[in-house]
Amino acid sequence: MKEILKYTMYDVVRSKWAIAYTVFFALLTTTFLLLSRDINSSIISLMSITLVLVPLISTIFSVIYYYNSRDYINLLLAQPVARKSLFLGQYFGIASALAVCIAFGLLVPFFIFNLAGSGLIKSTLTLVGVNIMLTYIFSAIAFFIALKNEDKVRGFGLAIFSWLFFSVIYDGIFIFLLAIFREYPLENMALAGSIFNPINLSRILMLMQLDIAALLGLTGAVFTRFFGQSFGWILAMTMLLLWFVIPLLGIVRRSMTRDF
Amino acid sequence: MIRIENVSKSFGKNQVLNGISLDMNEPGVTAILGPNGSGKTTLIKCLMGMVLPDGGEIRFKGDHIRGKHLYRRDIGYLPQIARFPDNLKVKELITWIANVRQQPDQRDKFVEAFGVSGILDQTLGTLSGGTRQKINLILAMMHDSPVLVFDEPTVGLDPVAMVMLKNLIAEEKRNGKIILISTHIMDFVEQVADRIVYLLDGDIYYDGTIPDLKEKYGKSSLEKVIVSILSQSVEEVSEPTNGMATHPKVFI
Amino acid sequence: MFQRAIFFRTILWVCLLAFCTVVSAAEIKVCSDCDHQQIKTAVAQAKSYDTVYVLPGLYAEADIIIDKPLTLIGQGFPRIDASSGKSGLIIRADSVSISGVHIVNVQVSHLDDRAGIRVEDCKEFRLTNNHLTNTFFGIYLQHAKRGIISGNIIKANAKEEMNSGNAIHLWYCNNVEIVANEVSGHRDGIYLEFVKESLIRENLSTNNIRYGLHFMFSDHNEYLDNIFRNNGAGVAVMFSKFINMRNNLFEENWGATSYGLLLKEIYDAEIINNRFIKNCTGIYVEGCTRINYKRNNFEGNGWAIRISGGCVSNEISGNNFIGNSFDLSTNSSSSENSFDGNFWSAYDGYDLDHDGVGDVPYRPVKLFNYIVDQTPEAVVLLRSFFIDLLNFSEKVNPLYTPKGVMDNFPRTVKFNSHD
Repeated sequence: MKEILKYTMYDVVRSKWAIAYTVFFALLTTTFLLLSRDINSSIISLMSITLVLVPLISTIFSVIYYYNSRDYINLLLAQPVARKSLFLGQYFGIASALAVCIAFGLLVPFFIFNLAGSGLIKSTLTLVGVNIMLTYIFSAIAFFIALKNEDKVRGFGLAIFSWLFFSVIYDGIFIFLLAIFREYPLENMALAGSIFNPINLSRILMLMQLDIAALLGLTGAVFTRFFGQSFGWILAMTMLLLWFVIPLLGIVRRSMTRDF
Repeated sequence: MIRIENVSKSFGKNQVLNGISLDMNEPGVTAILGPNGSGKTTLIKCLMGMVLPDGGEIRFKGDHIRGKHLYRRDIGYLPQIARFPDNLKVKELITWIANVRQQPDQRDKFVEAFGVSGILDQTLGTLSGGTRQKINLILAMMHDSPVLVFDEPTVGLDPVAMVMLKNLIAEEKRNGKIILISTHIMDFVEQVADRIVYLLDGDIYYDGTIPDLKEKYGKSSLEKVIVSILSQSVEEVSEPTNGMATHPKVFI
Repeated sequence: MFQRAIFFRTILWVCLLAFCTVVSAAEIKVCSDCDHQQIKTAVAQAKSYDTVYVLPGLYAEADIIIDKPLTLIGQGFPRIDASSGKSGLIIRADSVSISGVHIVNVQVSHLDDRAGIRVEDCKEFRLTNNHLTNTFFGIYLQHAKRGIISGNIIKANAKEEMNSGNAIHLWYCNNVEIVANEVSGHRDGIYLEFVKESLIRENLSTNNIRYGLHFMFSDHNEYLDNIFRNNGAGVAVMFSKFINMRNNLFEENWGATSYGLLLKEIYDAEIINNRFIKNCTGIYVEGCTRINYKRNNFEGNGWAIRISGGCVSNEISGNNFIGNSFDLSTNSSSSENSFDGNFWSAYDGYDLDHDGVGDVPYRPVKLFNYIVDQTPEAVVLLRSFFIDLLNFSEKVNPLYTPKGVMDNFPRTVKFNSHD
């Protein structure tokens, strides 16, 4: 698995798309840091954009990479390597490469502008952290969908739909439910709704690092209390981990049973 | 060495292999022939563990291969399509496969033989189809595996490389290897193969040596034999049979 | 007639002053090896208009009652520890001046309003440059007028409203000047109830549990150039008329129900040239009439302004709204209040004739504001992609947001520093 991971990562990191991805985020970060006097608000703007784009690009990239690699997957399948190791290696190779891209894209401008000591290092690292987690999660979901669907168009469509679901449809349903049940105490529902969607959870984790977190106080003290204790953090991290582990198990199971 | 017993496989409603049995124990070249869709590639993929048979079993050196992967240390495989990760360099790909296999290799010998030492630093995405096929062959042969499985090895090769390939196969045969080749090029088969396995609609239609086959059909060349088998089977298929949708089985 | 009265009064004052300097310039010292070891005995011995000097040292004395015009000056901040009694100093005479003392440890009481310095039913007092530490109430005035409270530093460590007092507390007072004090860690920084015609200026009020400054039933007052930072809420103005609020800074009043400025049932106020920075809500307005909000800066707040029911004739113009999560939230749909002529950083219209006024009106209430007003829990979707889409579609085709609430002449250029 190590070898597969290593070379997949080489391959991805060197592709022009990965380079474009890194440069894009570096430029974006630089622009926000230059345009806005307030680094706090640059981080919020960056968060808004990355929480849309990182899952989307991770999804698209993983699907495309998988379908392209079908051409040479037989070469690898013919080697004395277990299928599980092969596909997990490939998945981790893609996801890790994308994670490296995003980490570089976001962090390099921060260090160039010498903001390491600005007191915002914690929120910046949180931003990078949640984006890395989202990269692994959405790559895993997309990779699983691609592995599950031989038909490229269908696989691509489903993967995009999964992204659309988590970034738009889920929130639509969520807000609809909140509106319906607004006569009832909704704090716990609001909390649950934020925890089950990895994008929402990432956004909340990010907001909790900023002053703006006080606005979450509108839902009662539930959020501050929940994330103020280690139980809340453990639960939040467990949810993120589940979003990562479940597709991974799917990848393993699917890779064992399908024909190539 | 290799024992395939009653292996069957269908993709959806499409029955591709109909309980095929085949043994390969002697050194030498076995050519798998058959029209498009006759199951050549599927049979090879079953052997390589890429396609999981619905029924029957495959043993390699006496052990079942299902769910195993280490037996592939003894097989050098040439995939049908020569495609690689676009952004890797040729030498990186070779190193990669070598690292994955962790076996001694003779890459220099084959790089030299196929005359690709000048392009080792190019990325794979920039190579022509023929060049890629050469790389493909190097990857399949460089580990000196006792069994070689070639799926369409001649695709895209220039005449010089073709001669090279024939010589290499001949050499490997002399070294006592078991070599399995699927191909459409009858010329090539006639020159290298010792044994012919002819697949038709998921069954083994013929299994024997080339001289026997020529004699049986009374033809002077293998190509003519094939044409005669095919026209015969087409006639049989086109004949109205009592509700039998599948091709009637012909055993030799 | 009136002028003659003033003339005679002036003559009288001049005579009085001359009399004082000539007759009663006595100075009394208090220290461990002076004639007086106790402030209490010094005060008792002193005649009216004497000056009592308290030298450095620790004085374990409480309830020092000053019942005659007197000047009490602490040198090197002598410590008066009032833990043995109720309050520190109690002033019950006019023309008393206290400065330079450091009063500590007034005990918390649920029965009476104990304080570092109490001023009861008197006028012409001066409380300047004193330190008060952990004194329950700091300076407590009842029925006092024409006095000055300035340069005092009043600190405590209040944890909950129940067990804490206000740093400066005025009850039924008028014409008091509260200038350049530092108040922190109390329930309210400065509390005014039934107070008239007073001035609160250049104070720094921080880390108080409830409000930095609190008006109740207090008309015709003004507060200028103060800083309110990190209080439960910056300033609360309730049931009061004609309050003038200028040049103040309301900063970092974060907390779920936290405001920079809370206005409740007030009339005819002016809110001019203030800065509201990083508050959960910049200004919360409820039941207010005829308020002018001009040349204020709202930056990085959760809400810049929230207007709740029953607000009429509020005029909001010439303000900068920069980078607030929500610029405005209001549940009244009609145009009873005016929002014209502000700069909104979220405005994305155009200005083809370059006159500095946008050519399309700006609607400061977004669909998400409306949703959050209806269902506060929906705020967990703050900054989400879905909300951006929602706001955009509402902007293209407004269905829910109040139609009358808009800035018809949005400025495209920020107003510069207002000074």
